[in-house]
Amino acid sequence: MTSMSIESLNQQHIDVLKEIGNIGAGNAATALAGMLDKKIDMDVPKVKILDIQEVAEVLGGEENIVAGIYFNVHGDIQGNIMFLLDLASSKLLTGMLMGNSSDKEELDEMDRSALQEVGNILSGSYISSLATLTNFNIQLSVPSLAVDMAGAVMSVPAIQFSHISDKVLFIETELKEGDDLVEARFFLIPDEPSFEKILNSLGVY
Amino acid sequence: MGNVIKVGMADLKTTDSRGVLTTLGLGSCIGISLYDPIKKIAGMAHIMLPDSKQIKNNSNKAKFADTAVDVLIAEMLAKGAQQKNFKAKLAGGAQMFSFGNGGNDIMKIGYRNAIAAEEKLKSLNIPVISKDVGGTYGRTIELYGEDGRLFIKTIGHGTQTI
Repeated sequence: MTSMSIESLNQQHIDVLKEIGNIGAGNAATALAGMLDKKIDMDVPKVKILDIQEVAEVLGGEENIVAGIYFNVHGDIQGNIMFLLDLASSKLLTGMLMGNSSDKEELDEMDRSALQEVGNILSGSYISSLATLTNFNIQLSVPSLAVDMAGAVMSVPAIQFSHISDKVLFIETELKEGDDLVEARFFLIPDEPSFEKILNSLGVY
Repeated sequence: MGNVIKVGMADLKTTDSRGVLTTLGLGSCIGISLYDPIKKIAGMAHIMLPDSKQIKNNSNKAKFADTAVDVLIAEMLAKGAQQKNFKAKLAGGAQMFSFGNGGNDIMKIGYRNAIAAEEKLKSLNIPVISKDVGGTYGRTIELYGEDGRLFIKTIGHGTQTI
């Protein structure tokens, strides 16, 4: 079997990757709904294959402030998960969790720690559904949070991809909370051998 | 402000005294700025990885510290700059995320990028006259073709000109 590359993915591969995003984020949405006791809507996931240069643009520009919670994924597959919110959504989400107002200027230590914990729970449920689906043993590192320019935050997964390609593959899913419009995105960023393994485990070659 | 030219990830650009080269939201990557103060020619490369020789997929020369500097110099010379005049400034190389295990190569990429850029410039006898590298935060940088100043903006860590 020749090795699969990001450029060589066909529509069937992309559909399967979308379904993974769907199931993973579906579980995460359920977890978030339980935590907030609110209804969470989820968009149809998008699989994006972008030039490295375009990565930050999907997040509203390189200088747009975002909160990224990043995890190493290891076990039978390797890669990363990024749970990403813009600053307004981060404040709304921490406000809901901590029961304080969301019109604060900045995120304090408590907010940051709450965001990390939300990211942890949601990414955990995302990954556990992926593990069940593929029958793989998949583990997640502790979370690491950065609140900074989108370009800087996304440079980390982009660099990881840049070892193998000038393209970046994301499975992106948006979660929304009712009127408050907390928008959060999940990026599942498997390394190149791993997305081949994921696809193969689901019977797609 | 002059004609603003954007330098993307794994990209490089040059300009004369009328232009400003900018990279937005630099994280673990390095912005390598070269300037010829006599001819007033400026160049900027936004590199992602330290060494093209360790990577199979190395066709994009602007992606690596070693090859990006070579291409950047060639483009500046073509614009009339002289290598003996070159001064370098470095910014970026942050560690955006930390998992506290210390040994993870991927997480230290910013540091390795900074070292690689310095070594490459040293091997070409181009002095690094100022730098703002490391830390845990992103940077937006602007290199002015008129005088070679490098303006650095951050979120919550102030601004400075180096």
